Amino acid sequence: MIRVVLPYHLRKLAQVDREVQLLVDGQVTQRALLDALEAQYPVLRGTIRDHVTRQRRDFVRFFACSRDLSFEAPDAPLPEAVATGDEPFLVVGAIAGG
Amino acid sequence: MSNVRVLVGTHKGGFILTSDATRQRWDVRGPEFAGWEIYHIKGSPVDPDRLYASQSTGWFGQQIQRSNDGGKTWAPVGNKFVYDGKPGTHQWYDGTPHPWEFKRVWHLEPSLTDPDAVYAGVEDAALFRSIDGGDTWHELAGLRQHTTGSAWAPGAGGLCLHTIVQDPGDSRRMFIAISAAGVFRTDDAGETWRPINHGLRSEHIPDPNAEVGHCVHRIAMHRSRPRTLFMQKHWDVMRSTDAGESWHEVSGNLPSDFGFPIDVHAHEPDTIYVVPIKSDSEHFPPEGKLRVYRSRTGGNEWEALTNGLPQSNCYVNVLREAMTVDSLEPCGVYFGTSGGQVYASADAGDHWSAIVRDLPPVMSVEVQTLP
Repeated sequence: MIRVVLPYHLRKLAQVDREVQLLVDGQVTQRALLDALEAQYPVLRGTIRDHVTRQRRDFVRFFACSRDLSFEAPDAPLPEAVATGDEPFLVVGAIAGG
Repeated sequence: MSNVRVLVGTHKGGFILTSDATRQRWDVRGPEFAGWEIYHIKGSPVDPDRLYASQSTGWFGQQIQRSNDGGKTWAPVGNKFVYDGKPGTHQWYDGTPHPWEFKRVWHLEPSLTDPDAVYAGVEDAALFRSIDGGDTWHELAGLRQHTTGSAWAPGAGGLCLHTIVQDPGDSRRMFIAISAAGVFRTDDAGETWRPINHGLRSEHIPDPNAEVGHCVHRIAMHRSRPRTLFMQKHWDVMRSTDAGESWHEVSGNLPSDFGFPIDVHAHEPDTIYVVPIKSDSEHFPPEGKLRVYRSRTGGNEWEALTNGLPQSNCYVNVLREAMTVDSLEPCGVYFGTSGGQVYASADAGDHWSAIVRDLPPVMSVEVQTLP
């Protein structure tokens, strides 16, 4: 199972605990992971990626295995430790504003 | 005995204040959607327990929440606002073309006849409609695709469609206002629109009498006189008695004719309220005195209402969505401030008191008069 840690506001919105678990078919990429996340929690559609462009929202960041993956290509494989569930994929609200 | 329910949107959540018809003691509930910006909460006039709320943040975008029990419980509904067709461009602050980009919902206006129908005014300026209780949204694109659309430019707060007024006598007529484009009217249920800004004069734009480009802050109507509209513009308080075909200034003896909200007494269609702000550069009351001004003559002659409002060292602002009236007798008037107070008067403005203090900055105030 893929482990995903959501920020506070999205946990409240999806009514889940800090960490959710997902099944991802095929290669584990950022796009496949987010598709699975939105399929399991439709309320998160539009909150992490734009509805139309499917681009990451400006103030959302992705981290895993102590790396900033925010600017990785959506179809690039995620680290093996994320694919095996040993490490979580972190969705983070950027530090900005008040 | 009737009750009132006040719906308050703030920078950090929504609040629901309730009282009986005396409007003396208030129960405060909230924050709902804590930590999110709540631009607007409004109830259906057909089913008062049906509420809609606009919830957004710069981080995670837009949510629309719906309640079927007067705000006791809420559920997120559709948040997909996609412009019709190829969106094109509007004018940016520097005069260059800028792509239309959805940012947030400023205003939710439930239908006068159907609790599942609701309009949304959004930034960048467009009008959307849902007929399934907010689950799905579709643009009424005739507005944004008006021939002037590519020339619309944002005000300091963004290119926002912030006011939606339905004509209670003609289901095909509706008025909307956009900062900083002006007022538009449809007579065919939103298919086509035309600007109705004749008589507006804005000194800060290249052509002060232009067809569009006016920073209209708010318009208001009394349901018994749908051809009479009142407007608080960036500067100037205006009135139209011909459904917006022409506008005339009624600022009269106001200490400043700059401000944001304007509203009409529930039972006296010539009695209107504004909250003057010192200037476009200093968004606080003149002389540090928080004064609501009331005209009983549809403008021009204004009286200051101060009883119970701070008359020294007050430097709050009152935003365009943040004043409303109930329909009890006597008429109640409510407004919220950037300092987090919601003030209410149970006697049409003669006496005021803060019904809640120290909320986050207030963005919108609506009231429901309940049986």
